[in-house]
Amino acid sequence: MGSDAGTVTTVVIGAGHAGLAISQRLSGQSIDHVVLERGEIANSWHTERWDSLRLLTPNWQNALPGYRYEGGDPDGYSTMPEISKFINGYAKSFAAPVRPNTLVTSVKKTGDGYLVQTSAGIWKCRSVVLASGACNKPAIPKIADALPASIRSLAPMHYRNPAQLDTGGVLIVGASATGLQLAQEIQRSGRQVTLAVGEHVRMPRTYRGRDIQWWMDAAGILDRKIVDEDDVLRARRVPSPQLIGTPDRESLDLNVLTGEGVSIVGRLAAIREETALFSGSLRNCCAMADLKLNRLLSEFDEFASTTPGIDNIELPERLMPTQVAQRTQLKLNLSQQNVRTVIWATGYRPDYTWLDVPVLDQKGKLCHDGGVVGKAGVESDGLYAMGLTYMRRRKSSFIYGATQDAMDITEHLYNFLDRDAWQRRNKSLVSNSIRRIENIPQSTHSANYRRFGGI
Amino acid sequence: MNNVAINPNTIDNGVNVEALLGAREALTAAPAAARFQWRAACEWVRGTHSRTSIQSFSGLGEEQSHKTSTSFDTDHPEIFASEDAGPTPVEYVLVGLAGCLTAGVAAVAQNRGVQLHSVRAVLSGDMDIQGILGIDPDVRNGFDNIVVKFDIDADASRADIEAIVAQSQKRSAVFDAIANPTDISVVVA
Ligand SMILES: Cc1cc2nc3c(=O)[nH]c(=O)nc-3n(C[C@H](O)[C@H](O)[C@H](O)COP(=O)(O)OP(=O)(O)OC[C@H]3O[C@@H](n4cnc5c(N)ncnc54)[C@H](O)[C@@H]3O)c2cc1C
Repeated sequence: MGSDAGTVTTVVIGAGHAGLAISQRLSGQSIDHVVLERGEIANSWHTERWDSLRLLTPNWQNALPGYRYEGGDPDGYSTMPEISKFINGYAKSFAAPVRPNTLVTSVKKTGDGYLVQTSAGIWKCRSVVLASGACNKPAIPKIADALPASIRSLAPMHYRNPAQLDTGGVLIVGASATGLQLAQEIQRSGRQVTLAVGEHVRMPRTYRGRDIQWWMDAAGILDRKIVDEDDVLRARRVPSPQLIGTPDRESLDLNVLTGEGVSIVGRLAAIREETALFSGSLRNCCAMADLKLNRLLSEFDEFASTTPGIDNIELPERLMPTQVAQRTQLKLNLSQQNVRTVIWATGYRPDYTWLDVPVLDQKGKLCHDGGVVGKAGVESDGLYAMGLTYMRRRKSSFIYGATQDAMDITEHLYNFLDRDAWQRRNKSLVSNSIRRIENIPQSTHSANYRRFGGI
Repeated sequence: MNNVAINPNTIDNGVNVEALLGAREALTAAPAAARFQWRAACEWVRGTHSRTSIQSFSGLGEEQSHKTSTSFDTDHPEIFASEDAGPTPVEYVLVGLAGCLTAGVAAVAQNRGVQLHSVRAVLSGDMDIQGILGIDPDVRNGFDNIVVKFDIDADASRADIEAIVAQSQKRSAVFDAIANPTDISVVVA
């Protein structure tokens, strides 16, 4: 539709917690804006998650700018209806200017801002915040192309519960939180599960009597900044930790799954004809995860012994090493073993097919520096992101990570608008000084980032 | 096969087929003796240069030894800022593959009564080093494609030669080790 929807200073795309967090901060700075949402508020939580899912972060971590969990179970883990209710409550709390059922179909750069085309008209604006989510599409490896057509291929975002599956066996590819949670649920439904395990992050639910997320938070692990990582790409690809949120605060790791009858195999290397081939690196992947876990626990122990006021904790302990069979299974004949479904718990990726601004790299990844969008060395131009994996801090993709990110991005955006207004005013008043102004070393956006973001 | 004009007894590719067939028969009866272990011992020299030597192995139920010990230097070329004291380890993988397939060709040809005059193989292994350098995590470390081209002069039709080459792959240990996953443990002693 080409009709004019209006003009605002800032358009926020997406009404998940990230879009709402930035909206709350923009409201706080009196920056007029709208939040465009293709579905309803918290759309992803009620359309793209499985039925039994609970957050793996405890309720006390459900905290956003100016809002937090006030219920009676701070150590519990929200179900999908609960987290949706929380996010909707948040939107209501500051009357977020959300336009539901508004699908953004294109974002284009204009001379002095952006044109945001939607299913409900065109918005003109000076700046845009992409809060459309980091998990719009399943990231499925090319190997999947070789899967025989007779076997069903499913992504977690389309999985709801075991009843939806054929009664035969299930191969789950990927040992992140999603892979392990689905493996447990599906194995318990009576279907034989084989879990293909590559590099993974092992974590107990509780350590020394406290939630692992308490430790991560208290010891500042999740506050680590992306600017301090020497390998950004690698840091951003770390899979989600093997955690599950259950009322009993159970741990979920490969040993637990082995005990429940799940067959653990190496990383899926190839599918040839009807046979899945698994890498012989399983032992190494497990050894690496165990080593990293022990390093993390030692860090917690060190933190506990050097930080005053941490008492009432239990004694240090170490988990049983991951048990890998003497001979690992390297092949699985899918049809002979009656594997009827393959679930790709191999991660997600964002969808920017509607973004008509040249800010994607050759692999289709958004170029940004801590959420300030643009190619390296190019002046930022009012385009921002929220909610990306390890965007500024390790916690950036978590709900409670949105608070600091929203403050930083709002500050950058505010300064951008301010500088912009100042430049325009000067342009019209003193035209011959334009050159001088434009020659002011207008710090590249990475310098800006350091100035505003490297707090 | 259609080698009517040739008397199999005069075929000599230097492979003792009788002995191989004998071994096959003996080992079918005593499968435990068929378990072999191949070994290599490596010592780091300096930089990316190391030296691996090979002498002992086990099989036929006992310790065995090569007639002499052989040592192999591995290094990397100068464009990797190395001293190029020897081939890169991945090139040795090609050495193993070439040696294995070619031995297989000779043995299969002998068994099929085909006289070989010359067997040449040219191997190439493609690799994108963005993988080992950690530039792009979607790129694998190892070879992404290996091509072996045989040029064989033998008293046989092209189809027969192709069949010999195919059979040699089917029976090749190194071909299998590369083409299929293998359980592997790397530990600190
Ligand atoms: C399975 C799973 C479990 C998770 N568990 C936890 C957890 O326990 N704790 C935690 O802190 N985090 C968790 N996360 C991470 C993160 O909190 C969620 O991914 C969360 O949904 C991200 O919020 P967001 O606002 O960035 O994106 P989303 O919630 O995905 O919101 C983006 C919004 O943008 C809309 N949108 C997208 N494209 C368009 C368009 N073109 N036009 C208009 N609207 C559009 C979508 O409809 C959506 O509503 C989990 C993620 C997944 C996938």
